[in-house]
Amino acid sequence: MAKARGRGVAAVNYPTGMNLGGDPSQALVHATTTGNFVVSLSSTDLGQGLKTVMTQICAEAIGVPPEMVIIDTADTDTGPHCMGTFASRGTHRIGNAIIMAAKEARKVLMDVAADELEVSADDLETDGKGAIHVKGVPSRSIPVFEVALAAHFKHGKTVSGRGIFMQTRSFPDPETGKMVPATTYAHACTIAEVEVDTETGEVEVLSLKSAYEVGHALNPKMVEQQIVGGAWMGMSHALYETTEPYYPDRAHGPLDFNEYLMPGPGDVPAMEGVILERPSQDGPFGAKGVGEMTANSPIPAIANAIFDAVGIRVDSLPITPEKVLRGILAQAASPQPAE
Amino acid sequence: MEHVRAFFAAERGDDGKAVGTSLARSDALGHVTGQTQFYADRQFPGMLHLKMVRSPHDHARIRSIDTSEAEKLPGVVRVITHKDVPANVYTILRLIQVEPNDEPVLAEDKVRFKGEQIVAILAESEAIAREAVAKVKVDYEVLPAVFDVEEALEPGAPLVNEYHGNNYFTYEGHHCRRVRHGNVEKGFAEADHVIEERYQSSPIEHAPVETTGCIVVPEANGRLTCYSNTQALFFTLDNAGLILNVPFQKLRLIGGTVGGGFGGKVDVITEPVAMLAAMLTGRPVKYAYSREEEMQVSSPRAAERIYIKDGVMNDGRIVARQVRLYVDAGAYSRHSPYGTTKASAHMPGPYTIPNVSVDAHCVYTNRTPSSAMRGFGVTIGDFALEVQMDKLARLVGMDPIAFRIRNAYRDGDMKAHGELTKGAALVETMQAAAQLAGWPLSAEDTAASSMKAGG
Repeated sequence: MAKARGRGVAAVNYPTGMNLGGDPSQALVHATTTGNFVVSLSSTDLGQGLKTVMTQICAEAIGVPPEMVIIDTADTDTGPHCMGTFASRGTHRIGNAIIMAAKEARKVLMDVAADELEVSADDLETDGKGAIHVKGVPSRSIPVFEVALAAHFKHGKTVSGRGIFMQTRSFPDPETGKMVPATTYAHACTIAEVEVDTETGEVEVLSLKSAYEVGHALNPKMVEQQIVGGAWMGMSHALYETTEPYYPDRAHGPLDFNEYLMPGPGDVPAMEGVILERPSQDGPFGAKGVGEMTANSPIPAIANAIFDAVGIRVDSLPITPEKVLRGILAQAASPQPAE
Repeated sequence: MEHVRAFFAAERGDDGKAVGTSLARSDALGHVTGQTQFYADRQFPGMLHLKMVRSPHDHARIRSIDTSEAEKLPGVVRVITHKDVPANVYTILRLIQVEPNDEPVLAEDKVRFKGEQIVAILAESEAIAREAVAKVKVDYEVLPAVFDVEEALEPGAPLVNEYHGNNYFTYEGHHCRRVRHGNVEKGFAEADHVIEERYQSSPIEHAPVETTGCIVVPEANGRLTCYSNTQALFFTLDNAGLILNVPFQKLRLIGGTVGGGFGGKVDVITEPVAMLAAMLTGRPVKYAYSREEEMQVSSPRAAERIYIKDGVMNDGRIVARQVRLYVDAGAYSRHSPYGTTKASAHMPGPYTIPNVSVDAHCVYTNRTPSSAMRGFGVTIGDFALEVQMDKLARLVGMDPIAFRIRNAYRDGDMKAHGELTKGAALVETMQAAAQLAGWPLSAEDTAASSMKAGG
């Protein structure tokens, strides 16, 4: 009895959005007389950081610092329609809607600033720090806050904008399946290293080394957070999780976290990753949806590493110690050349 | 983690001032200090608690329901059955014209999976509601059940869902979603090797920290406000309006803060019943899944069975791939008809294969309905595809990364679903991962690019 090590690889892509249902989302942006910009949405933040990315997108598109952006979500009375937070669509769809709304608001902002500074709006730029100044002449500037006040009290204008991203629905051809299922694709490759205990069938994941291509990483640390969380979930899917351990038999279904097994912090392997960015042509500032994909490549990479270690193919998930051990015992009983 | 800037540098502009920077997550401090308000943190005077009588059987006819003992229990305010639901039978994706309506909000004459909701009890406390649930008497005639997707498709199998008439979802007259590209039989005939393999997964729970739930408050102006942890406010609002037969403008959904979704909170289960309960009692109502309900009653990720038959040449080119895929939808559609189409579109994976055939079946069985989960329609397919790729590489004696680079899709390649590839980057992720892990690649594979057509 011994411990055997192996290495396996898997490469995947992942579609952004819900093209097969029609996929609209709206955003409204307006400046208050505090100088803040409010982004009204009905989109849900699942804890992945949607509100933060939307803040950054709005700030970039208007040209103000993120501290001047407030995300107001999610209330169906005050927020315009959003299909929902799923299908890796949030950053792409809602982000595009915000850019459209922010551009309209920025146009009014710059026009009012031009009147206040008595120059052409074409000669102005935002500094990204809360002020607008004449290009090349930083001293001729006006704070965004004062422009917002002037727009309301002097010019009678709303610094506001409307945005929508509408992905036209694709209907699959019933005979050939010809369709446009997504707008853009992210990519990942994981190399997993495992150690299999040939006495117990237990698999320890030693490392996950991955490369992820995510389009423009709008918030690099949050991309990394998705990657680490997703790889953990992928490892969990590969080796631990199911509500029906003897599927399709319904018996032994877990009822709580004592019975529903998942890897704890001590089981999480060393994770190393690199991030590649090929901007998507239709994404907000080149972004793609990355959230869902990060769980996928570790699963087959771990399965392939187990085969590399002990010559056993377990083609059903999860790859429990019981299945691995049964495979090892069957192989010992009737030695066959691998595959 | 390192951001490798060498790849695709020519296509990339500079980072902006606000995007491309790691602004701290706005909710992080609130979450870790316990300040974040979730829906369940709200308290309303007079709030009732809703608990559900659920089926103990996988498949049974309901002969009768007797709620009299439960109603006598002090603290029980109201009992709700299917007769109280204005438009009881629905399906979530009717909002995007998926038909037919196939799921009762509360069971009528049949239950089709263990845990199906039958009678809602409203009581002054959770404890009283639980006690009352145990006092409801349902007389069942147990029916034969089917749990295996392929057995469910055999002639004579028990019919799970009468609204479909078959144990499968019908796609424009077909018993499965089809993808056809080239001629797989011709490809198999030309191949040096042909292998077929079978892959299987089991249902997986989203396991959010916060279980699914909502609180509904009847407002003085006659509207209902629903505080929910749904992932999709308007999916919920629109379906609830249709089920309750009330104008959409009478309903308001407030959410936006969720303790883990992963796709599990895209279903519309707790809100319509809680809204109805609030309408019938005039009091705030809370309907929150217990952990046990979250584990066994809420939709899991579908189990899938996938057969992949491949024709491959000695030089590593895959010339034909035939996929038969079965999604175990459980007793009702929920989002599975969509996920099955998404699964078909994902085949044959990110590889350029001239001959592809996919039959993706959405199958009804007598288990908890499955629905959306992270990687919907893709995650299990990727498991099958990428283990298959490992087997094929070994079969033809190639390094598994070299084998994938040989077949990887490039810009301009035609996909099986009839779309030209653009923005491909599979080759580069493999090169970067190989470099990170010290996996040797040949000079040719190191120089390969997604931006050159071929493969």
